[in-house]
Amino acid sequence: MEVCGGQTHSIVKFSLDEMIPSKIRLIHGPGCPVCVTPLELIDKAISIAARPDVIFCSFGDMLRVPGTSKDLLSVKAEGGDIRFVYSPMDALKIAQDRPDRQVVFFAVGFETTAPANAMAVYQAKALGIQNFSLLVSHVLVPPAMETILSSPQNQVQGFLAAGHVCTVMGTAEYIPLAQKYRVPIVVTGFEPVDILEGISMCVRQLEEGRFEVENQYARSVRAEGNRPAQELVQKIFQVIPRSWRGLGEIPLSGLGLSADYMEFDAERRFDVGHVRAKESPDCISGLVLQGIKKPLECAAFANACTPDHPLGAPMVSSEGACAAYYRYRNRNDSVESSPRQSFGRGPGFLVCKNLDPGQKACRDDGTKKFTVDRR
Amino acid sequence: MSLLKDFTLACPLPIHQYPKVLMAHGGGGRLMNQMIEKMFANVFDNDFLKQRHDSAVFNVNKGRMAFTTDSFVVSPLFFPGGDIGELAVNGTVNDLAMSGARPLYLSAGFILEEGLPMETLWKIIQSMNKAAREAGAQIITGDTKVVDHGKGDGIFINTSGVGVIEHPGSIGPSEVQGGDVLILNGDLGRHGMAIMAVREGLEFESAIESDTAPLSGLVLELLSQGVSLHCLRDLTRGGLASALNEIATASGLSLMLEQSAIPVREDVRAACEMLGLDPLYVANEGRFVAFVPAAQVDQTLKIMRAHPQGQGACVVGQVTPQPGSLVTLKSPLGLSRIVDMLSGEQLPRIC
Repeated sequence: MEVCGGQTHSIVKFSLDEMIPSKIRLIHGPGCPVCVTPLELIDKAISIAARPDVIFCSFGDMLRVPGTSKDLLSVKAEGGDIRFVYSPMDALKIAQDRPDRQVVFFAVGFETTAPANAMAVYQAKALGIQNFSLLVSHVLVPPAMETILSSPQNQVQGFLAAGHVCTVMGTAEYIPLAQKYRVPIVVTGFEPVDILEGISMCVRQLEEGRFEVENQYARSVRAEGNRPAQELVQKIFQVIPRSWRGLGEIPLSGLGLSADYMEFDAERRFDVGHVRAKESPDCISGLVLQGIKKPLECAAFANACTPDHPLGAPMVSSEGACAAYYRYRNRNDSVESSPRQSFGRGPGFLVCKNLDPGQKACRDDGTKKFTVDRR
Repeated sequence: MSLLKDFTLACPLPIHQYPKVLMAHGGGGRLMNQMIEKMFANVFDNDFLKQRHDSAVFNVNKGRMAFTTDSFVVSPLFFPGGDIGELAVNGTVNDLAMSGARPLYLSAGFILEEGLPMETLWKIIQSMNKAAREAGAQIITGDTKVVDHGKGDGIFINTSGVGVIEHPGSIGPSEVQGGDVLILNGDLGRHGMAIMAVREGLEFESAIESDTAPLSGLVLELLSQGVSLHCLRDLTRGGLASALNEIATASGLSLMLEQSAIPVREDVRAACEMLGLDPLYVANEGRFVAFVPAAQVDQTLKIMRAHPQGQGACVVGQVTPQPGSLVTLKSPLGLSRIVDMLSGEQLPRIC
């Protein structure tokens, strides 16, 4: 399993899964911060962003994630002051420039983005900026990996750990996981050659019966990680239970503001505790995020769910598995939502079971089968 | 530079009296007339404008003409490599060029926001005039409206253009044929990244400049030398990927790109990588793709590379016999992937 959505994107973009031997199956993990942000929090963001006294700042790819009834871009179209920024420090500057407005930054992401968000809060307190707050949805990778490994449905025999997360956090947290669950974990980068080497290192460990943490991404990752960044995160945030979209609540898997910085918590400041969300019943993103199903096994894929009309976050984010499949694989290759669906190899990697000899298209008999035979 | 000899950087309006656009400049009275006379007519100076009539009257040659319109709402108004005025002329000139038309006459419709510095407007119309002259076109009619402060973004410009088609052939998606070769006139992504860098305050080691340029000269040169241009498309919003998807859909044919052949400048590539954007989808304002028969590839490249707007010309792909209107990209690893139409805007990713 490649943990990070950036790796998923590279794998599908460069068709790496079609290059490697058929005995190796890549499962896409829950490592897209956009995808795992819980629906309830998206709805809270929408509720806050719609207020006339608020300037709501976010990274770009959160704006199209569907909430229960709309997304942040719709709120913007309705007149909400929503701005996409490249850094929480940009949002802090807006707060300094606009003391007449409440500026809220949507602090999503894994350990990678936590230090910058922590710095923004630290600076806000130091400078006495009181019109700035964070809507926090930080999540941590190791608890999610443990959730997957401890599941009876787990099929993962090796992990490509997320290179950028480990740049901040180092590799120590992964050693107990590798030992306890007897699974190789290779910290891996994002270029095609990084991923191929990471897979190769994983396979070599399995063949040799080793279950260790190895670092393929040594040009960026040190074993100890970035200590000053870790210290800042520990100062500003505390580890809390966190809901993951599609996975449910995972104990000690998220970050929330610590007691000393609670005044910067947008959820408290804007009293959005009453917001309740409702997931689309047609979206199987939870199963996709756990690696139990592939996007192409979803009945809604490319039909009811497209990047233009996403039902779930994995179809929105550039790092989402569904969006990656939609963008880089043939949308005609939608399949019946059967767990027994067989996957072949090459450009026509799905096996259509419903073709007459020599026929190029499936008969439409009401089942969701792909329509073009490219074998 | 000879074109600049009759330019003056001093605005002829009494700017000390009216340093900014007022509602009255769109009110039909003395101030509006003063602005039209001293600024627009003065700069765009031609016999058609001197008619001082509600419409410009011109003779029509026998044969076919092309007509197009485009609106420009760019922010910021001035960016590395160009400004909204230059863009407004080049954009419409290039739309005409993509039909193989020689651009003749343009209109310029301005929607000005109250409070726009008059000096800004002056610089913009100077740019428009310079760009029109470079493209061999004249701005022969126009209109000005002023909206309340806060109701616009400084200035919006609409330009429409009329051109004459002097070649006998037809250029368009319906003319694309299996085996046609796709030729690009230069590197991708500069305009979009130049705008984004200024807009978002991003600083790169070297300034990325817009590629805005008129393409009519190069297209007319290709046509005059007998190149069979089956289809042309400028690669503006949505970039190369969107343009090719439009053509694949309209023609019913599939296109295959060679990833390693697509030129993207290193600084543009790095900026795109940093922001999580794909240069294939980033806007250009001086780039086009030409569909030509395989037999004419060498001739086309030779002509293009000898022209200032085609020095970076290269083959980037071809039309394949595969049905289904697919655009695919062959990676350096030898594997293919789909290049799809963009859903909404490209949004920078989190990490």
